Amino acid sequence: MAGITKRTTAFDDENLSGRSQKLYFEVTEEENYTYYGNHEVDFNKRTSIDCEGIDAHELNQKIRDAIRKGYGSIVIKNPGAKHSLGVGILNKLNLIFEGSLGYFGIGCIDGPTVRVNGRVGWSCAENMMSGKVVVENNAGSCFGAALRGGDLIVKGDAGARTGIDMKGGTILIGGNAGAYTGFMMQRGRIIVCGDVNANMGDSMYDGIIFVGGEPHSLGTDCVPGEMNEHEVRWLEQKIKNAEIDCKVPASKFKKYVAGRMLWNYDNLEPAEKKGILG
Amino acid sequence: MCGIAGVINKNKTVNVGEQMGLMLQGLKHRGPDSTGYAMYGTPLKKGFVMRFKISENEAEKVNATVDSPADLKNRKNAVDSILKKHGAKVTKESSSTPYAFRYIFDFKGDLTDLATEIETVEKTEILSIGKGLELIKDLGDANTVSNQYGLDKFMGTHGIGHTRMATESDVDIKSAHPYWAFPFEDVSVVHNGQLTNYWGNRRVLERKGYRFNSNCDSEIIAVYIADKMANGIELEKAMHDSLDELDGVFTYVVATKDQLGMAKDHMAAKPMVIYESKDIVACASEEVAIRNIFPHEIKTYDPYEAEVKVWQA
Repeated sequence: MAGITKRTTAFDDENLSGRSQKLYFEVTEEENYTYYGNHEVDFNKRTSIDCEGIDAHELNQKIRDAIRKGYGSIVIKNPGAKHSLGVGILNKLNLIFEGSLGYFGIGCIDGPTVRVNGRVGWSCAENMMSGKVVVENNAGSCFGAALRGGDLIVKGDAGARTGIDMKGGTILIGGNAGAYTGFMMQRGRIIVCGDVNANMGDSMYDGIIFVGGEPHSLGTDCVPGEMNEHEVRWLEQKIKNAEIDCKVPASKFKKYVAGRMLWNYDNLEPAEKKGILG
Repeated sequence: MCGIAGVINKNKTVNVGEQMGLMLQGLKHRGPDSTGYAMYGTPLKKGFVMRFKISENEAEKVNATVDSPADLKNRKNAVDSILKKHGAKVTKESSSTPYAFRYIFDFKGDLTDLATEIETVEKTEILSIGKGLELIKDLGDANTVSNQYGLDKFMGTHGIGHTRMATESDVDIKSAHPYWAFPFEDVSVVHNGQLTNYWGNRRVLERKGYRFNSNCDSEIIAVYIADKMANGIELEKAMHDSLDELDGVFTYVVATKDQLGMAKDHMAAKPMVIYESKDIVACASEEVAIRNIFPHEIKTYDPYEAEVKVWQA
């Protein structure tokens, strides 16, 4: 099939922590995972799309058309805080939004590197599988909901329920985070350089929350954990790579984890069993 | 779902009708059933401005009995008689539809008695009474209501508005927002969310003598806030109290004669985006509404849970 390449899922490069620190997929499994519509792109081939006067459906179609033509760098002008822009991109791509996004921006993506020179509304990068997203201003509620992989970075503040139900990946917040951050999180890591509002990590199953400031209060099932040297180095590197001016040194961050094991959680999903059992 | 919006211009009278219309049209997808505006013009030095309706907009009702012109005339005459009986002198009147009227009248008596008696007239509801507040609501999107009532040239300092998706009550004007805080002049509220202790609070307020014209939980916020203010409590304090005394998930915007305030509940379950500059503050359920009045890139933020903000005109 011309123009379509095989690729892996997001899980194989995930270094998960805590009880779920397992490598789920063998490299040899790569050939079993192929995305339809995945195209070879050239990052030096650039184009721009003006969002003025067009809706989300039209813009997303134009992005796909550009990918199909091999454009690896796409600049979106005048996004105007419209909803659902840049969703469903399952491709390597350098995508830049010259302005703010509304709700559900860049959701369900797998692979692209996205920069938003503005703010994002509710549920940005929901269900993201892999890639990197950098938001220059603030983020609304449910930032990175159900995140599965990749790096999701906001340089300003994030709203309530950041990382709700996340299942992997890293969320990095340069400022403060709202209430119920890490609510029901199942895997992955959240780093907050500032403070976190009430009920942090409520009902979390697993995963880690690192806080540079202070959590206002901890939710049910969230307890302090002990930082190890490896984690300090990892934090330092993540914050440096994200170009965030964090006033708190990595060694002073506090770590929070799930306080109890839920009865059914350590059962692996069928696909994961397959990865381990071969 | 519903969409709410508010705007306040500091020390400046502008075309707030146009600002609100643009913002509310941008929220149409959150609620296409009805749209309401509560806007604050230059306060009258003498007398009051009253917006009221004497029938419903039956446009989308099945088998609705439309009131005859004679019925409407009788009801309007009855309202006029009551105003006269209470010593109110109407100095100016106009109407945009056969069932909605705008009166300016001089009055020195008890506003509660007057308003209560006016509402004894069949199907009559006072939408607002105040020095500057004018509350207009009807079926359709923001442009439809604005065109119908000629709101695109409404000069004032601030306003709030609502686009409604009817979920728990009918598609009619009675259930549309904003709500005026009967019988307090110049207090109005728009709300997005659900109050779970509605009946408990309503009984408390009813025992104090307040009337409720609908079964909508938003109406209670307006009366709750106004009642607190009538007892000498500052708007900001009253709003902070509401976060603990009103239960549920909600974000609401309240306006008084010279203030605009917003409050978000402890769960932060309902959205709100704010843009602040030295001249203007605009808030809405979605940034896309604010961007209708600021097409260029602006810096906005989400208020956190249990956050209250009040701005002065």
